[in-house]
Amino acid sequence: MKLRFSSMLAIWVAAAIAGFAQAPSLEWPKTIEAGRSFSVSTAGDGKAVLYIVGPGQALRRDVQLGQKIVLAAGEIHNAGHYSALLVGPSSTQTADFDVTASQTSNLSFLAKPSRLPVDLHDGISGVVYVFDAFQNLVLTSTEVSFELSEGGGATQTRTASTHYGAAWVRLDSAPKSGVAQFLARAGNIVERRVVQEVPGDPCSLRMSARRSGTLIELETEPLRDCKGNAVPDGTIVTFTERSNGTESTVDVPLKRGVARTNLPASDGATISVATGVVMGNEIRWP
Amino acid sequence: MMKIPWARRYGALLLATGAILSGIRLLADEEPAVRVANADSVGPRMLEVQTRTAVVRDYLAAWQSLSHAFNENNASVLDADFTGIAREKLSDTIEGQQKLGIRTHYQDRKHDIRLVFYSPEGLSIQLLDTVEYDVLILDHDKPQATQHVRTQYLAVLTPTEVRWKVRILQSAPQ
Repeated sequence: MKLRFSSMLAIWVAAAIAGFAQAPSLEWPKTIEAGRSFSVSTAGDGKAVLYIVGPGQALRRDVQLGQKIVLAAGEIHNAGHYSALLVGPSSTQTADFDVTASQTSNLSFLAKPSRLPVDLHDGISGVVYVFDAFQNLVLTSTEVSFELSEGGGATQTRTASTHYGAAWVRLDSAPKSGVAQFLARAGNIVERRVVQEVPGDPCSLRMSARRSGTLIELETEPLRDCKGNAVPDGTIVTFTERSNGTESTVDVPLKRGVARTNLPASDGATISVATGVVMGNEIRWP
Repeated sequence: MMKIPWARRYGALLLATGAILSGIRLLADEEPAVRVANADSVGPRMLEVQTRTAVVRDYLAAWQSLSHAFNENNASVLDADFTGIAREKLSDTIEGQQKLGIRTHYQDRKHDIRLVFYSPEGLSIQLLDTVEYDVLILDHDKPQATQHVRTQYLAVLTPTEVRWKVRILQSAPQ
């Protein structure tokens, strides 16, 4: 550890002493668009080495002082902050510069959730991050339009401007169940997601009963949510019969919108029905 | 023997002393000064104190990983703290450094952090950091220069199984 510390210290001191020979700043543009070609002039004579370093990219190039340094299109393509060093035989020139994102090229669009009940206020959220062709976040304000098109033809549209590359929106789910197309658009770049809007909890639950020999035939009315959407088949409906201190329970999945079952016809029995958090009517037999 | 003027000799001594002191400071890997601006609500979602603490802790840890990864030219060090685009870009830079025979030693000195956006579904959080760091450039282990940098970074972090990881790390010029 001591050795590492000493050697690093020696390295740094050498670097610092080398730095004393630094000449005035290198003539360098303060801001460059990602992927753009550019050139800078150099002064003096002899050979030098150009370093461009930053977390986004590292370049090293041998250059001839007195000649132009040309960086080709696409050579520096990652947005970020960079230090440029021109290390010559007698001096080191330095410059700091920023590479900024180029034009919007793609959108990262996150729509949540992918499945939700109908008629939910602010139930759907959409977040967009705007990127250029080099996967740099575009930090200049960009207008993003969000559209949620429901099966019935109704469309909700909102527009938001990006702030530090991100734009977001919250939208209501539609009153009708079905598949909704959720899209985000920035200029001519479009990203689509699908959101499944499913019926909510049943609005009311009602059953009827009739005798069938020694049994009672129980059947619910078609189950619908408060917006009139049919509750999906497979939803469990629970019938409970209480008679003489005993309790019988039957769980039945909805089939074609209704649930049916048979229970023993016991005089004085009380039969109730429920699904999820919704309680239905109660029947006293007979 | 060439005579060195007295003032120049004195100046060189002073500079060397300064260099050593700065070197000790750089190599001591001292903790950076950190300031975090208060923000209860950043955009569409309420930001809990625990979330804010975790995000800042993991973001600062990511700078340590970045420093080690770049100093050792070892991209695998990034895995614990970076993901997605940030992981790919930093790895590419490290690969580039290896090919060129250069190394960079980043030492963060100061962070002034402001959380600016917490997405409605809680899957991304964005922060701005006015950061100061020193970067030492070595070419085939030969030191070339040290730069002191002050700039603003924008980071997007996303939650993973146990921690927040940096998905985007990009300077955002003020």
